[in-house]
Amino acid sequence: MAKIKLSDKKIQELKEVCRSYNNEKGELINVLHKAQSIFGYLPAEIQEVIARELSVSVAHVYGVVTFYSFFTMTPKGEHPISICLGTACYVRGAEKVLEEFKRQLNIQVGETTPDGKFSLSCLRCVGACGLAPVVMVGEKVFGRVSPEGVQDIVAEYSN
Amino acid sequence: MEMVKLTIDGKPVEVEKDTTILKAAKTIGIDIPTLCYFQLKDMDIENRPGGCRVCVVEVKGRRNLAPACATSVADGMEVLTHNIRVLNARRTVLELILSDHPAECLTCSKSGSCELQSLAQQLGVREISFPGAQSTYRKDTSPAIIRDVDKCIMCRRCEMMCNEVQTVGALSAVNRGFMAVVAPAFEMNLEKSPCTYCGQCVSVCPTGALTEVDHSRNVINSLADPTKTVIVQTAPAVRAALGEEFGLAPGTLVTGKMVAALRRLGFDYVFDTDFAADLTIMEEGNELLDRLTRYLRGDKDVKLPMLTSCCPGWVNFFEHYFPDMRDIPSTAKSPQQMFGPIAKQYFAKKLGIERQQMIVVSIMPCLAKKYECQRDEFKVNGDPDVNYSLSTRELAQLIKQANIDFNSLPEEDFDNPLGESTGAGVIFGNTGGVIEAACRTAYELYTGKKLEKVEFDELRGLENIRHATLDFDGLPINIGIAHGLGNARKLLDDIRAGKSQFHAIEIMACPGGCIGGGGQPYHHGDSSVLKQRAAAIYREDAGKPIRKSHENPFIIELYKEFLGKPLGEKSHHLLHTKYFDKSANVFIEE
Repeated sequence: MAKIKLSDKKIQELKEVCRSYNNEKGELINVLHKAQSIFGYLPAEIQEVIARELSVSVAHVYGVVTFYSFFTMTPKGEHPISICLGTACYVRGAEKVLEEFKRQLNIQVGETTPDGKFSLSCLRCVGACGLAPVVMVGEKVFGRVSPEGVQDIVAEYSN
Repeated sequence: MEMVKLTIDGKPVEVEKDTTILKAAKTIGIDIPTLCYFQLKDMDIENRPGGCRVCVVEVKGRRNLAPACATSVADGMEVLTHNIRVLNARRTVLELILSDHPAECLTCSKSGSCELQSLAQQLGVREISFPGAQSTYRKDTSPAIIRDVDKCIMCRRCEMMCNEVQTVGALSAVNRGFMAVVAPAFEMNLEKSPCTYCGQCVSVCPTGALTEVDHSRNVINSLADPTKTVIVQTAPAVRAALGEEFGLAPGTLVTGKMVAALRRLGFDYVFDTDFAADLTIMEEGNELLDRLTRYLRGDKDVKLPMLTSCCPGWVNFFEHYFPDMRDIPSTAKSPQQMFGPIAKQYFAKKLGIERQQMIVVSIMPCLAKKYECQRDEFKVNGDPDVNYSLSTRELAQLIKQANIDFNSLPEEDFDNPLGESTGAGVIFGNTGGVIEAACRTAYELYTGKKLEKVEFDELRGLENIRHATLDFDGLPINIGIAHGLGNARKLLDDIRAGKSQFHAIEIMACPGGCIGGGGQPYHHGDSSVLKQRAAAIYREDAGKPIRKSHENPFIIELYKEFLGKPLGEKSHHLLHTKYFDKSANVFIEE
């Protein structure tokens, strides 16, 4: 696992966050939330800093990070793509749309493209079932997406 | 204490408030089957996550079945522990657990002592009706412990021992659902984690997910090699527990039979680690006196308290977590590692053979000893002072493999000159034993007087942290004792904060001391087994003609003929060591 050089300023910010929670081990999840918004993700080095600040084992921090799907150890892409796999979208072929995204971007669910542009994840019901199948890129909602329409969406963000 | 009245299977029961259904049932002889639940009574160790759902019972008025280990009793409660609904649920739960468990009983090292296997037998499981995907996780082999997490049932006992009892923090539950495992941080190998190899996780694991590295094959090959002289040394704690593997009651001393068995296995010389324990006392006792006298003379640089250093799990622990204090422990090696150089240099010369022709095997109650004998500083030109360390369990296996009928063996004696030991050497197996042995020698050397009573009862017992003030002819000496690494951490935090009042502290990583080591026969949570083993050790001590290390004639001879004097140049070179900063493993670096 390569060591990443993290910004000293951001690490100080993180230590301030821990201090604001009195370095209490019970506040681990809150600290991880803030840390993820500072860094965008939670690499091993950050988990070690947090473990030291809150006097818990790194194994424990890692356990919490891997338990909650919101916490991620890989940076999200510039354009995070989420495919809804809720009931309505699913019966209208969301899986095929997902497979097409995987094929075109050449990544699995939870991964990010090497150039950092796109990351792929799944959602459960955005609540726009009338537009099924639904795909979200960032905050933008795309409705009635077909496998053929996938390359247009990707192209829109590739420039 | 407020009492609660309830009925279990129609029988009335009255227990204290906050008692669980499981414990309440036990008081009237009802044994509800459990799996993840674990308790070491009298030692404050309990694991009750209520996760496996094997101990579920029906509680009248509740819709769902309740886990008996984690549900408190209430007034008027009516519990049914084995009606059809409960039995069906229990079997279904077990089938679900088994549906993602490798069917490897025939070749699994835990077969015969596996709690999952016993439960499947007890509940009469004949087929598993839930086919599906199976976990395929990589096997992780470290110097002492093997992790085969396909067999893990997520009972969390290992996590509890590692984090709450030992406070090492090497393991945690990671991921979720089908992918959940118990693993070190970032799912790295155990070797890269702060694991101390104390083996307590192995001693509580109900399945074959955590087992020890088995060196029996290497030992068998050495025994079969006609060019090698194979020597064995046995730790004190082994003789108090080995008999359990052959159906003898816990606490049966089997020293004579153990020696006879080792001889029949083909070892050329059967020696006693207790001899090396006497040697350790000579070195460590003198080191303590040296530090004490310099301290009393006003030397400000002297490091007190002095900490014992014979426990490799404990050494790993302070190298990881307290490397800033690694000049405080005694520099004396452990008895296992003192024995090695004496065997390969002093004894090999007596036999007229080269050190490479000698193989030294140790039988230990401990898994960390497997790691200890591989440490680089304990090798000479790549040849280890101690070649292999086998656990008590592995030895029992070897004896069974060789068709030896252990119980009908005659009582035999150790060989000489490395087999004679005093009572002080034997008590190394118990918590408090090492420091008691050291005090027996330190007292007489310091005061010049003979001890009237050799037993230091104030140092004995199973409380987590003990302390006593001994009277060295007017000089008060404060002794601290801790067993279990969580308790050791408390004493070390005190030292770091400058609050410690002790002159000497004994630390053992395993609850109970070596008799409760990670390599001993499984106690399955029965703390009376530990108490009986400890009593056996003290019995062996009481039965010895010589009770103090400095009176061992073979030790005296060894110094006269070979070593010179304790803490002398040769002793320092062969019998002392130094420690390393391993804090990088705590926060994982590349």
